[in-house]
Amino acid sequence: MEIKGIKDGILIHLEEQKWDDAKPVLMEQIIQKQAFFKGARLFLDVGNALLRAKELGDLRDTLANHGVILSGVLSHSNVTRETAHLLGLMTDLELPKPKKRNIIEPLDTVIEGEKAVFVHRTMRSGFKVSYHGHVIVLGDVNPGAEIIASGSVIVWGRLLGTVHAGAEGDEKAVVCALDLSPMQLRIASKIATTPQDQAEPQPEIAQIKDNQIIAETWQH
Amino acid sequence: MIGIVITITSGKGGVGKTTATANLGMALASLGQRVVCIDSDIGLRNLDVVMGLENRIVYDLVDVVEARCRLKQAMIRDKRFPTLYLIPAAQSRDKTAVAPSDMVHLCQQLKSEVDWIIIDSPAGIERGFRNALAPSDQVLVVTNPEVSAVRDADRIIGLVEAEEKGPAKLIINRLDPEKVRKGDMLSAQDVVDLLAIPLIGIIPEDEAVLVSSNHGQPVVLSEKSIAGQAFINVSKRLMGEKVPWLDLDGKKGILNRISKIFSGGS
Repeated sequence: MEIKGIKDGILIHLEEQKWDDAKPVLMEQIIQKQAFFKGARLFLDVGNALLRAKELGDLRDTLANHGVILSGVLSHSNVTRETAHLLGLMTDLELPKPKKRNIIEPLDTVIEGEKAVFVHRTMRSGFKVSYHGHVIVLGDVNPGAEIIASGSVIVWGRLLGTVHAGAEGDEKAVVCALDLSPMQLRIASKIATTPQDQAEPQPEIAQIKDNQIIAETWQH
Repeated sequence: MIGIVITITSGKGGVGKTTATANLGMALASLGQRVVCIDSDIGLRNLDVVMGLENRIVYDLVDVVEARCRLKQAMIRDKRFPTLYLIPAAQSRDKTAVAPSDMVHLCQQLKSEVDWIIIDSPAGIERGFRNALAPSDQVLVVTNPEVSAVRDADRIIGLVEAEEKGPAKLIINRLDPEKVRKGDMLSAQDVVDLLAIPLIGIIPEDEAVLVSSNHGQPVVLSEKSIAGQAFINVSKRLMGEKVPWLDLDGKKGILNRISKIFSGGS
């Protein structure tokens, strides 16, 4: 094992070709020289070793526990490089520094509770989507199709079927569509139907205002 | 020779599946094609009645599947067109007497013998529909310009897509241009807008259809019938010919607009 200081942090070459052998050696060094490594940005050259997402993720977490930030993984193996990419790690030393920071940091800013499912198709009669989160449809929702979402529903197309947003009681949920003419529209515990005489279809958004469902033309 | 399996279906009953099967079969045969029509509505057969071949049935589809006769023995040759055959459904059994795999096997045997195999599907989305869909190369969905029929057609198209048998093509049956003009009936454009699949035929409302069905003489046989002409056009489109859309009322109307939109279609 070879340790050297580089511009961006510390680079370690691992000589062992199998990860199961290499990891204990690496961790032993880190623990022995804790004072030296603490707060360091670590680049790991693993040679031909094959690392999968779980192994790399575990390593990152273990290192973090010892105050070491895993910044990059250099490898000859495409699989390992790909895995590193997935985890937002660098796979080259030459990358400009500011960009590198930008790549890593957004990982910590995932917004909680904003899951959505994307339905890229025409939802025909009898087709039903229920989802704990938001539902986004690119296509038409035909009469007889049904969408149930605990969050909001966005349809980039005609919404002619039945839709229930905020199905678990979220009164802030909204429903919007390019043509909002649902058979029945529910938000939380409120129910509305589409008026018979509709003008030219236009993008609309429906939400609860003053305790009832109001649909309005989309304003940006 | 590799035959093409056409499945004619609709979801809703009474929209004209059997009429379409009989007429397309006859129309293709009149153009010199070799055709077998199969009635897959086991227990409620009536394609034989519409084709006027009721009194010639000896063996049926279930007899073939259960090996009580050879395939050839169940193929009834039409009295008008020697290249047209019917395999009738059994009347005394139900849909479960045939499995989708039986239909696939049967059609594989027929494919080397004929140009077209047209399967008349029963109404509904259950076993009978699955049987009719399993061997299909091309699904034709028949609908009427009315809300309930279009709703069922939409469901069927979804199921066809789910089975990866799509894209289905659409036949709009019993369109009455006069009612459309008065706003009492969905226009062909309305139907196509909702279903969003290629249109292959618009069959106008025509009294002659009922009369001819009752007599077992499909309407394509009478030269004066506009519905008959429309069915012949569908069969030509199936054969890859580009056929202009019928001007159904002699006035510039919905159908002319449709024809512009779909003139590139098959």
